[in-house]
Amino acid sequence: MSERLAVTPSQTVGPFFAIGLPWPEGPNAAAEDEPGALVVAGVLTDGEGHGIPDAVIETWQPDADGAFAERPGFRGFARVATRDDGSWAIRTVKPGRLAGPGGPDSAPAAPHIDVSVFCRGLLHRCVTRIYFADEEAANREDAVLASVPVDRRDTLLATPTDDGYRFDIHLQGHGETVFFDV
Amino acid sequence: MHESQDRPAAGAVRGYRRDEPGTHPALDDEGYKSTRLRHPKQPLVYLPHTVTEVSGPQLGLERVTGELDHDLTRQHEGEPLGERIVVSGRVLDGDGRPIPDTLIEIWQANAAGRYLHKGDQHPAPLDPNFSGAGRCVTDAEGRYEFITIKPGAYPWGNHHNAWRPQHIHFSLLGQAFAQRLVTQMYFPGDPLFAYDPVYNSVRDPAGRARVVSRFDIERTRPDWALAYDFDIVLRGRESTPIEEER
Repeated sequence: MSERLAVTPSQTVGPFFAIGLPWPEGPNAAAEDEPGALVVAGVLTDGEGHGIPDAVIETWQPDADGAFAERPGFRGFARVATRDDGSWAIRTVKPGRLAGPGGPDSAPAAPHIDVSVFCRGLLHRCVTRIYFADEEAANREDAVLASVPVDRRDTLLATPTDDGYRFDIHLQGHGETVFFDV
Repeated sequence: MHESQDRPAAGAVRGYRRDEPGTHPALDDEGYKSTRLRHPKQPLVYLPHTVTEVSGPQLGLERVTGELDHDLTRQHEGEPLGERIVVSGRVLDGDGRPIPDTLIEIWQANAAGRYLHKGDQHPAPLDPNFSGAGRCVTDAEGRYEFITIKPGAYPWGNHHNAWRPQHIHFSLLGQAFAQRLVTQMYFPGDPLFAYDPVYNSVRDPAGRARVVSRFDIERTRPDWALAYDFDIVLRGRESTPIEEER
């Protein structure tokens, strides 16, 4: 084993990340004509319930078959800046199921999307996961969901809408979203 | 903190090592006012590294579209004002292995301390020849290089007479979701260090030293630019799962 190096510390993206991070196709994890393409949208709020306008949301997921390989029409990664009212939206597909954290012999994971939240005032990203409220059976088997306090589990569930799902993220306060130590 | 869970189960995905406590700033930092309403108050829930966290976007070719993405001094008709600098270094993991082919994105203020951003109200001039954003991908040895302008210090509203030290924002995707890092690079000997809550949010002095670049006489370009060296270390891999050690 070579020498152990200490990890570089995190710092805030600051208020002006928009000159460096967003790009026009950034919010599209999947192309518009990808089969099953849908919109996941929500609002990011602070401890007083106000929308956070200077934030960037990133998501990472496999495709509908549970594959992570990038291919035409599917990237798996989306990056979007929040609007003035804290709202955001990405285009993607509902991900397929994956092996559970205990390996191939454990119960499979429910469909989920990993999420990073960055903003002015956050010195290190906050990580959460989007699960889907209409996947009750898969969600019941999911080891990560099972590790989350029962009364907070619904903060990880995206709810169906006309064109996809809604997933609000509350950094603090009423209905504070579950964030993970990753 | 989660020592009993650090060892992956046999057959599980090989994850990334958890950062030592104190590596990163606390999310609720008394000095940095904006953290007050923007940090979770509930404890974080331990997330085992599954295939989702050990895979990650590899956006290099897609995002680096031009030969001049890494040269912030040549993205416009004329040359930007200010002190031209070379910023280079390596991206390594915690085991000292280079991380090749990974996207680095940077953004910064111009030489006068002003961002090209509608929200920046600092009454310093914008520079028509400087946008302040760059991208590159590391080579096989994990090496990267940017040509840019030394950013200016600027005031901000955190507290009375608050000024940010000169800094460049760095974003790294790494090779996996678990390695994702956004940080800032500072310049050696900045007199504003003592007064900046963002820099000082890293409590460990050795940690703070890791976000400060090093003046690099070897890489200066005679009659053209000073050079700064900035290595970035992302997490290393977990030890091999027990099953594979047989």
